[in-house]
This record gives sequence, C-alpha cells and structure tokens, in this order.
Amino acid sequence: MDTVTNVSARGEIAIELRGITKAFGSVIANNNIDLIIRRGEILALLGENGSGKTTLMNMLSGIYHPDSGRIYVNGNEVFIRSPQDATRLGIGMIHQHFKLVDVLTAADNIILGAGKGFLLRRNRFEEARKVAERYGMYIDPEKKIYEMSVSEKQTVEILKVLYRGANILILDEPTAVLTPQETQRLFEILRRMRDDGCAIVIITHKLNEVLEISDRVTILRRGESVATVKTSETNAAKLTEYMVGRPVTLKIERPDTKPTERLLNVYHLTVEDEDGVTRLDDVSFSLRGGEILGVAGVAGSGQKELCETIAGLHPIKKGAILYKKENIEGKTPREIIKLGISMSFIPEDRLGMGLAASLDIADNMMLKSYRDPKSPFTPRKAAEEMAKEVIKKLDIVTSGINQPVRMLSGGNVQKVLLGREIHVNPSVLITAYPVRGLDIGSSYVIYDALNEQKKRGVGVLYIGEDLDVMLELCDRIMVLCHGKVTGILNARTATKEQIGLLMAGATTNERYGEEVVPNE
Amino acid sequence: MNTIVNFLFAAIKAGTPLLFGTTGEIITEKAGNLNLGVEGLMYMGAFVGFLVGFYTESLLLSLLAAFGAGVLGSLIYAFLTVTLKANQNVTGLTLTIFGTGFANFFGEMLIAATKGGAPKLSAKFSAKLAEIQIPLLSDIPYLGRALFSHNILVYLAIIIAILSWAYIKFTRAGLYLRATGENPAAADASGLNVTLIKYVNILLGGGICGIGGAYISLLNGNGVWNNGCVNGQGWIAVALVIFASWSPAKAILGSLVFGAFTIFQVRAGDFAAEFPALSFLSSIPNAIYVMLPFLVTAVVLIITSITRKREGAQPASCGVNYYREER
Amino acid sequence: MNKAATGTHMPRFHIVKRVEMTRGEIFILNLYAVLIAIVAGGILIACMGINPVSFYGTVIVGCFRSALSVKSLIRIVIPLLIASIAVIPAFRMKFWNIGGEGQFIMGAVFASYVALFFPEGIPHLPLMLLMAIAGIIGGGIWALIPAFFKCKFGTNETLLTLMLNYIALYIIQYLRDGPWRDPAAGGFPKIAKFPERAWLDQLFGVDISWIVAVLLVIFMTIYLKRTKHGYEIAVVGDSVNTARYAGMNVNAVIMRTMFLSGAIAGLGGMLQVSGEATTHTLSMGIAGGVGFTAIIVVWLANLSPITTVAVATLIGMLDKGCGVAESTYGLSSAVSDILQGIILFTVLGAMFFTNYKIVFRSKQSIKSHTAAAPGGENK
Repeated sequence: MDTVTNVSARGEIAIELRGITKAFGSVIANNNIDLIIRRGEILALLGENGSGKTTLMNMLSGIYHPDSGRIYVNGNEVFIRSPQDATRLGIGMIHQHFKLVDVLTAADNIILGAGKGFLLRRNRFEEARKVAERYGMYIDPEKKIYEMSVSEKQTVEILKVLYRGANILILDEPTAVLTPQETQRLFEILRRMRDDGCAIVIITHKLNEVLEISDRVTILRRGESVATVKTSETNAAKLTEYMVGRPVTLKIERPDTKPTERLLNVYHLTVEDEDGVTRLDDVSFSLRGGEILGVAGVAGSGQKELCETIAGLHPIKKGAILYKKENIEGKTPREIIKLGISMSFIPEDRLGMGLAASLDIADNMMLKSYRDPKSPFTPRKAAEEMAKEVIKKLDIVTSGINQPVRMLSGGNVQKVLLGREIHVNPSVLITAYPVRGLDIGSSYVIYDALNEQKKRGVGVLYIGEDLDVMLELCDRIMVLCHGKVTGILNARTATKEQIGLLMAGATTNERYGEEVVPNE
Repeated sequence: MNTIVNFLFAAIKAGTPLLFGTTGEIITEKAGNLNLGVEGLMYMGAFVGFLVGFYTESLLLSLLAAFGAGVLGSLIYAFLTVTLKANQNVTGLTLTIFGTGFANFFGEMLIAATKGGAPKLSAKFSAKLAEIQIPLLSDIPYLGRALFSHNILVYLAIIIAILSWAYIKFTRAGLYLRATGENPAAADASGLNVTLIKYVNILLGGGICGIGGAYISLLNGNGVWNNGCVNGQGWIAVALVIFASWSPAKAILGSLVFGAFTIFQVRAGDFAAEFPALSFLSSIPNAIYVMLPFLVTAVVLIITSITRKREGAQPASCGVNYYREER
Repeated sequence: MNKAATGTHMPRFHIVKRVEMTRGEIFILNLYAVLIAIVAGGILIACMGINPVSFYGTVIVGCFRSALSVKSLIRIVIPLLIASIAVIPAFRMKFWNIGGEGQFIMGAVFASYVALFFPEGIPHLPLMLLMAIAGIIGGGIWALIPAFFKCKFGTNETLLTLMLNYIALYIIQYLRDGPWRDPAAGGFPKIAKFPERAWLDQLFGVDISWIVAVLLVIFMTIYLKRTKHGYEIAVVGDSVNTARYAGMNVNAVIMRTMFLSGAIAGLGGMLQVSGEATTHTLSMGIAGGVGFTAIIVVWLANLSPITTVAVATLIGMLDKGCGVAESTYGLSSAVSDILQGIILFTVLGAMFFTNYKIVFRSKQSIKSHTAAAPGGENK
C-alpha cells in the first residue's frame, strides 16, 4: 500500500506501448499505436468517441488482449492476461461505466480481491476510511453502492485502485458525470498524486480539461495515434484540429438551394438523462426545408439526446419541438415516423440503434415501413427491391440482400441504415455521424446522397465530427457545448478556429439564419 | 400438544432433503449460475450414496460418495456453462434428464442384481441413521422431541446451512462469491478469478445437493432402493431458494415450512381431532398443500419484483454467462 | 518489480468471439457432436457387455419394425413437437418461457372441462372445436401471467414460468381428488374418461393431432418468416432499442407472443387429453415432461420450426427405440434418458464453437517474441 515510496525518479517511463493493434471482428479499434506514459506526469489521451482510447487502455488493465504489439512496464516486456496481472504491475483503471458491485458496501468493493485473511473483519470499514483520508477524500464505507451518487461511486473506484497500491492510474472520462465543483476536487486529488510520483492517464474528449490538468497530450483519431504534444505548447484550436482531422482540401459539392418553410422548430428544449443529469440545456433552433444544418460539438455534448428527443425516444423536460405547426411532444415514435421525420443515428458500436443485427439487409429495410400493407404479411418483396436499390445506390459491399447485417463491415452497416432513412422520402432527415469510420470514397457517396435530399427540399440535420467536412457540406452550423447552443454560424463564412472555440465553451450571440429569435 | 410435536418432528424430517438441495442451489446461484439440474444432482447423489452405503456399510463413505456424485454432475454443468458458455437453462434441464436416467438406470441394475429384487441397507448401516437423543436438550419437554431427537443427517443439514450462511456472509471467499454472482465484470476487474470462483462454488453446491439426494434414498424408503425416489423434491428445492431469498439461514426455516406442506395432509386428521377449531385444515385437499410451495414461491417472486428490493433478490448476473471481451 | 513476474508470460491461447458460421458449417459441427455422443453412449453400452452396434440397430429397427411401432413413435413425437413449436416464438423474442409444461397442462385442463361438463347435446365436431378453443385459452392465460408480470414489474420469467408448471400440475391433482373425481371409479382417485364424442378423430389409424402438428409447423414457419408479427418478434429479440426506435410497442409484442406460445402449448394439451395416448382422460401424467424436453429440442434446433421436426423425431426415436432395447437386452428404459443426456451435453458443448474460437499461439512465435524483448530481461 505504499503507493509512493517505491516509485523512482519522476519523468521515468512507466509504460511503453509499441505497435498495439486490436480488432473487433471487422472493426479495427486500434491500429499500430505507440504510447509512452511517464511517472510524475498527467497524460491526457484525447480523441473523439470511438477513436479507440478506451480500447487501448483496456489492454493495459487486462480486459482485452492486443492482437499484436508489445507492452513494456518499467522497461520489461509484459503480457497482461487479466486484471490481476494489471494489479500486480501497479496499473489501476477507473472505468467510465463503474465496475462496482451494487449490493455491496463501499468498503467491500474496495477490498474486493485485494484484502487478506479468511474472515471479513469489522475493521475493513475503518481501513477504507483511512485510505480515503490519506488522499483527502471522504466516503461512508458502510454505504451500499446503489445508494450512492455518481461522484461517490467514482471516489470508491479511485480508492479501490489506490488500495491495491496502484501507481499507474488510468481514468476513463472521469468528469463525464461530475459537476464542475466535483471535477475541481478530482483534479486536486490527481495533481497531488502526480506530485507524489504516480503516472496518471486521463481519457477524455474535453479540450478545456486537457488544457487544465494534463502535462502532455496524445491524440487518437480513428484508432491511430496522430500526435503527442506538450500541453504548454498547444492550444484548443490545434488540439481540435488533431482530433477531428487533418486540414485537407475537400471538394464537397454544396448546391445552392432556396431554403423553404421552417420544418422543425425547437424551442428552449431541455432534457435530462436517467440519472437526472441535464443533457440539453435551453436549446433553440429551426430547420428549414432544403438546407443542411450541421451540428458540431465534441462528442457527448448532447447530440445523441437531441436526435432521440426529436425521434420521440427521449422525454422532454422543458421546451417544445414543433414539426411545422404541430407539437410532437407526447407523440409515439411511430407517429413521428409517420409525420415524415426520419432519424439515422450511428452509435459507437454501429449497431443496436435502428438496426437488428441478426436480420438480413432486406428485413432491416422494412423496419419502419413493414406496417404499410393491409395484409398480415410483411412487404418482403418491396423490401427486397428496396434493398437492391440501396445496395446499388450506396455501393454496399455484401454477398446479397439475404446477408445478416451483423456480417457486414462497419461502413456498409452505416450505408444500410442511411440508405433506408433516405429511401422512405422523409421531409426531415436527422443523421448522426453518417461517415464515421468510412473511407474517403464511401464518404463521398454519403455526401452526395445528402445533397440530393437537400435538393428535394428535405431539411437535413447533420450531426458530425469532422469540421472540414461540415464547413463544406452544410449551409449553417450549430455548435453545442455541454448541452447548450454556443452559436449558429453561416457555414460559408465561418472558420474552423471560430467553431473550435465555440466547441470548447466560448459563446457568441450569432444565430445565423434564425431571423426571428423564438421567444415564448 | 403431542400432535404439534409430532408434526414438527415430521416436518423437519421432510424438510431436510429440501434444505440440502436449497443450500446447494443457493451457493450455485450466488456464483451467477441458475442450475435447473438440482433434481438430477439429487438423483445422482441418491443412487451413488445408496450404492456405497449398501456395499460398504459405512455412512461416511456413503455421504462422501453422494457428495462426489453431486460434484461430478455439477462439473458437467460447470464445464458447459462456465467454460463453453452454453445456455444455463437448457444445460440444467439436460442435467435433470441425465441424472434421473443415471439413477434409474443403475438403480434398475442394482435391483436386478439383488436377490428378491429389493436392495435393502443392512440393519447395521441403518442403525447409524437412527434417531439420536441429544443429551439434556432432548429432555426439554416437547421441544426436545421436536428438535433434538433427530437422525444425524438432519443436524448435518442444519450445520451445512449455517456454515454456508456464514461462508457467504462473513468470509472473504464469500464476499468474492457474492461479487461474482452480482457483477462478474466488476469482480473480474477487481482481480478476482471469476472462472475459478464459479467452478468451486458450483461444484460445492452440486455436492451438497448430492447429499440431499442421499438423505432421500437412505432414509425415506425404509432403507430400500426405489427408482424415482427423489420425485420432484429437487424442483421444490429450486423454489425454496426463492422463498428463502437466497439465504441459507432463511432456508432452514423455509425448509421447515415446505416440509410441513408436504406432510400436512397426513397429519391434518390428528390436528382436527385435537383442536376442533382447526378441523377445516383436514378439509383442505392435499393437492393444495403440495401446490403451496410453488404457489407461495410464485407470489414471493412477484412481490419482490414489485418492491424492487436490491437485497434478497436473485444475484443480478444469474442466468447470464460471462465473457470478458464482450462489448 | 519482481512481483510483476506473473505478467511476463505470453498466454498460449485465448478465446475470441468469432464473426459467424454458415448454416452448413453449423450442421457439420452438430453432426460431429452427435457422432461423438453416439460413440460415448456406445462405450457405455459396451461396458454393460452389449454390442453397441447391434444395440443402436435395435433402437432404430425398434421404431419401424411394424405399423404398431411407427404408430407409437408418432404418439411420442407429436406432443413433443407441438410443445416445441409452442416455445419457439417466445425464445426467438429472448423471453425464457420454460413454462411450456404448465401451459400444455392448462390447455388439457380447460379442454377437459368442456369434454366432461358441457351439455350432452353438443355434437362431436362443435364439441371438439369448443375443446380446442378452451385449450387455447387455458394455455394462453397461463402464459400471459408471467408475460404480464415481466412487462409490468420485470419479474424474472424463467423462475415464474417454472413455478407455474408445478402449480398447473397440482391443479390436476386437486381436480382429480375433488371436484372432478370419478364416482364410478370406486375409491380410486381418477378423472372420468371422456364421453366418446369428445374423442379425437383418427386418420390412417392415428389421432389427427399429427395433422394439427404439421399445420402448426407450416404456420409457425410462415408466421415467423413472413408476417408482421413474426417480424416484430425478431426485432424485439434482437434489440429492444431498435424495436422502440421503429415505433413498436414492445410490451404488447411480448404479451401477444406469449399468448400465442401458451395457446399452442394449450392446444397440444387439448389434443393429448382427447387422444388415445392418454386413453381420453386427464391424469397427472398428461404432459409427462414434454414441456421441458421441448426447450432442449428447440434449442438444439436453433429455434427453427422445420429443424425442430427432425430433432423432436430423433428424441422420440431414442425414447421409443430404447423402450424396445429394454425388452431385448433387459436394460432399464432409463438408458434412453442417459443417452439423451450424453447427446445433449455434447451438442450443447459443440455450440461453443459456433460462437467462439480459440486462438493458439505456437511455441515458436512465443519464443521468437521473447527473444526480441529489450535487454533480454524476461524472467
């Protein structure tokens, strides 16, 4: 438990990763990554959701095994086969989704797998309290986990790792669920541990936090390590650029259309997640026919909740969403689909939302239209036709319409999803991360498809991650930060720097294209 | 008063095999595995325990053999569900079919190999299972007869249940067991060897179920082997696990209650004779009494799901196999 | 840092999830599994001093040696097949309905009420229809109970359906000992034989329940593959989130599907109770475990109705054939249970390889890997 004393000189390399590669089925999560973690230093691992940060760190904590590559701890090559191995090497990871046993007390979770002795003694509670105190934290060791707030749970997670004598700490998105005050307290603790000589890795996608807490930053993009820089020598704009993509010259067509009526009006929308955390905070905007409105923001800024709320899958706390003149609150997802609002959301794992992975392509095509015929049978023939058209139109690589979606590669799964949404001729199309993980060629197919919808007079809400693309493709760009709208810009005149600042929390009063600021 | 004492005495006896089975299944389920093969495990224990007792005349060997049979049976289950990640329900049901077939198949052979076709334990052996009057305690009026003059296996069942309760609640290994059954991913991330913990406890639980089977074959048939002797008691034990809200200590009381249900009808007449006010009891059909364990359990199951209590519920991961790299 | 030594060995193998196996590969794999099981069973038989080849021969021949044996094979297979078809939609939805036994029984109980207590004036055909409807309602209600509590409170369906099986079983006992007891049977507690107009018709010398079974297989195949309901079942079973996203009322789908599941089991119970296998009467042994065996059957059949026919037939053959072998070799009929157990265990184990594969690293690659480590400090 002497966390600090056996740690040697600061700046010494604690962990070195060389050429780590890990694939899940056809998806390559990490591709040939090198990484160095030093003692007495806080390293930020920065990247968008799905860029492979967590996967990489899970290989240090023994959850996953790399397909290839080497791991050195204190200069020795190691094979971390299980979490036990990681613990023995002094590596502790605090997972984003806490790995705690709900029905046990805080103290029992802390000593789990680490204490000694045949019997559980009363003094384990005292022991847990003492560990907490040593690091300036407070917990009630006899409280059950399920009775705890998120920040209490996180404290237990950290104590659990410290109790095992970890001196290399990995924290996965530790501030995602914390209030600003709790975040400050956490950072205080992390700094103290760094000064004691621990090596700390903090996985995050929040730029301001990177700048505030870290000494060095390694940026991952699409499973590859793109840069490592000293925090003192960088800034938010540069980091954004690393994160969301190289400034290459794109030639994406942006047809000039005349925007028509306001199809979607969102007024002061506020929503909360199951834990009561505010995810969208007083969001107002409108979407016209014949335009592409981009939504920018670091992942987790409320994009998912925005999509789900419009699709009727998420309850509205405050505010309203109007489709033309009709309030959609209280409507079932099915009624909203019937109105002509179509949503395609590409989640990080690409499946589970909008697609049934074990069904074939044709069956997935009719997910929203299977009720249309009067007969009790599904419109399988029509779906097969539709599948063939979509496969042709979007260049989907598949053995045929009878192939289960699960067996397609990631990009093709996305095309199936987007292809279906476009095919139902919606009047509003919401699309989130449609080119996530796609190669350049496939991406252009998608952009063309979206432009075609725009020309048809469809209102397209494009939630994206690549700012260069959004600046070329969209007509307007709305920036979200922590669930708030920090600005709506004209995509034809806006710059990446401008957007980057707004993504990091700066605000502007500009609401381009929203002539009448809605107020009621 | 004697009626009540006799009734209690008989209820405890009837509840003992259930207590073994339930304790074993609780330990198994605490590891996150719903083993629907209890009936089969009890059958295996019943036959092997009987066979060894029949030939060696050693009670200890007989019980060890029954335990071993349960361990082997549950080893099949553990290998399939833990290592090969087969569906737990289907594997458990198959184990029941297999175990039942195993006991009846070899039981038939034993019958065929015995002169007169009725393999009977020796008197010497059966004497070891005679009722023991515990000194002093058995002299307590009424209670002495009801509680302290049972055969040795009754006490063994209670001791095992209490030990299991203490094991789960107070020992470090028990904490690890609970963590594994509740959230194997968390247990794994904490550095516990989930596979090992599951194996050890499934086998331990299976062994205890096996002894429960031996109780039935050694005592309930007057020392004569009967094919089909377990006769659904394994399923009652599965129900009792829920009734006892996954606590071996509560299972002691629960087995008394369920044991009482199974013998009530036989005794209802005595009650009615002694306490006319209770005469309605004998008018309740026997079917209701035998149904009660399952009915009560179903109600308990529904009530606990309505109240959404976190404690005293089925271990959260029960029925789901664990694979570390799932995502 | 020598305590880190444990983390320095390269694992020899680890288990990874495989992408997918084709139907053909799965079939071959299962074939191997069954072969291994047959060999394992054969060794057991050989230990009894019986020639395993002639034993298996007897089992197969025993099923088909006469019209009578084929009839009795059909009699074993049909209820099992119907009970199996019944649980398929529930399992496709990932609703672990292990209550087929109870639903079967309740169907039989409801049908028996119609057969025994409806006015004598009702002619044969309408009576049979009424019995079928009663069976469907009985089984359906028995399945709706766990579905309701699952949807409303999240009650564990595995345990609740299990309890309901036994409650149903003892309902028969209650009726047999009490209200439905046949006074004509003297002191013996039994339920009266149905009047002849409540007997199932026969075709080709067997109960017409086989026609119903065939129709059910066809119906279920089409229902699951081609209808909107079947589609909803597939989507709910795959991802509840996607189902909600598509605007499906997930609870309604669960309730409806469970009613169907129970209704088919109930119909099976009605056919069984009015057929000749039970001599047209309701007894405690009416279901005799088919509801439980059905679960194993459909699992092995990968939840496909057509494959279920084959698996149910094989299990039935094992049952019937072992019965014949019993008399031939003087073995206990329980040998069928043991062989079933062994076969099922092997096939269940083999299923592992359809979802996972083991990746081995050769000794060579471990060695070369170690040699390349910096400083050669590996312990």
